[in-house]
Amino acid sequence: MRTEKKGMTINQRTMVIIGVVLAVAFVAGTWYMTRLPATKEQIIISTTTSFYETGFLDVLKKNFETKYPQYNVSFISQGTGLAIETAKKGNADLILVHDPIAEKAFLTDGYGVNRKIVAYNFFIFVGPSADSISIKGLSPVDALKKIAAEGVKGNAIWVSRGDNSGTHSKEKALWKLAGLDVTILKDQKGPDGKPWYYEAGAGMTATLQLADQKNAYTITDMASFLKNLASGLIKLVKVVEAGKDTLNVYAAIVCNPAKNTRGHFDASMNFVKYLVSDECQNLFKEFGFKEYGQALFKPWLPLLKGNTDPTLIEWVKNYAYFDGTECPTSYRLNVGDLYS
Amino acid sequence: MSWQPILDGMAQAAHLIVTGDPEVLEVTMRSLQTSSMATVMAALLGLPLGILIGMGSFRGKTFVKTLFNAFVGIPTVSLGLFLWAMFSRDGPLGVLDLLYTVPGIAVGEAILVIPIIVSFTASAIEAKDEKLRDLVRTLGASDFETAMAILREAWGGVSLALVSSFNRAFAELGIAMMLGANIRGITRVLTTTISLETAKGDLGLSFALSFILLAVVLSLNFVVGYVGRSRWFGDLQARSGW
Repeated sequence: MRTEKKGMTINQRTMVIIGVVLAVAFVAGTWYMTRLPATKEQIIISTTTSFYETGFLDVLKKNFETKYPQYNVSFISQGTGLAIETAKKGNADLILVHDPIAEKAFLTDGYGVNRKIVAYNFFIFVGPSADSISIKGLSPVDALKKIAAEGVKGNAIWVSRGDNSGTHSKEKALWKLAGLDVTILKDQKGPDGKPWYYEAGAGMTATLQLADQKNAYTITDMASFLKNLASGLIKLVKVVEAGKDTLNVYAAIVCNPAKNTRGHFDASMNFVKYLVSDECQNLFKEFGFKEYGQALFKPWLPLLKGNTDPTLIEWVKNYAYFDGTECPTSYRLNVGDLYS
Repeated sequence: MSWQPILDGMAQAAHLIVTGDPEVLEVTMRSLQTSSMATVMAALLGLPLGILIGMGSFRGKTFVKTLFNAFVGIPTVSLGLFLWAMFSRDGPLGVLDLLYTVPGIAVGEAILVIPIIVSFTASAIEAKDEKLRDLVRTLGASDFETAMAILREAWGGVSLALVSSFNRAFAELGIAMMLGANIRGITRVLTTTISLETAKGDLGLSFALSFILLAVVLSLNFVVGYVGRSRWFGDLQARSGW
């Protein structure tokens, strides 16, 4: 219908066409504007949440890109489980995680090559300052046995990450070492009919906050604990200290170009080489030193080369080496002098 | 102690807005980009579809309408997960390379809000008396012109559909997180930043960003509402025979 009103008239059909054209142009324009910057090569690194939540990734990205301005590094932080899934589906170029069992499977299933250990720290158990069941000073295995015994009596609560993260894997391994079956513990109820083994299904900060609220015991990595303690979010205290059984080792693995079609193998190798370089190992050493008096993620290479603590080196090798090496030769590809 | 994070948040929000903090500006801008792209894309597909469904009478019409109504409330994280599997490199739409990009998030959000547009438009059109449709037809209007006339009558419902879609896309988290992964400088948006800051334990900043998100949504909605009722817009409608 063309109506003659005062002033100019526009045929309705024309208006609709103009509207559609404008809409399409808008979408095309915004799409163009927001597409990935094409000038730099994008490396996608699938990583663990502890690097993310402590802010270390920002430091790593900034320094790496200063040294290699042709790259744009994107970190995708998910729990270790999902990080590995993402890499297996071909959506990342390398992984940076802390779960030796899963890492070994990643290599043997053909998804990864060139594994390099880059840093380590320790897990600790934390709990309420009252520590009513007195596990302070016990070894991790003894502590877990006591927690399980007291938990079922209603005297203690344990919070698990419950998310297949590296921390969760470590926790499960420790329960196994203590001779207890997590699948049974999960279903147990205290005398009040409520479970004593909670599964948070969340990141470390959220899990710590839950444990704090419930006056419960939990396992955490040192870095997350220090950071959350400093921000005043939790009042938990250390109950089981760092030791052989609570070692936490971070490693990087490049996605195997045979299965990964993203095509950034060389860039990924550059990143791994950077991680083990003196410059980056120093970054690890300094991160958190000022605020917490210790490095949140301790550099592996200086420890290995300096040999000042052979016991610790033995612990790491026993825990995180496969067949006597950090990366068996059948899973190495174009490594140059990476393993010299 | 308990009100502290919220009060800190309000103070911080004001500070961030006034000083024009670049990171906050960047993520807000990106949120606006994804949600506006999503709304326009969804409108291009959803409006015609909504009109067809609203005006038409066909077997299975109730089923189709119910289906769209149901999908209006689809959980964003589930849709995000489904699309993540689709857009993944080893998935059926992997060649499109949409994962971890802003256009990818926009496409996901568009899929999220299409049911809103279809559902609201169809309902608004149906609410108009059938007799109006018959009347307009007997006056000699073609199908297209009938649709335009009905649309004009149902404009209230349609504009509500568009505004609601934008609001939903702007404030959603699940799709931006699954398809974008909150990559700094590339796909980080307002909602994913709030999620990150909360995970890091920086509650003051999380509240601040939440207030900013609310402020943006409210301002936009007020502006659209007032423009829609203004004389200028009324003139524009008259001139185009609308």
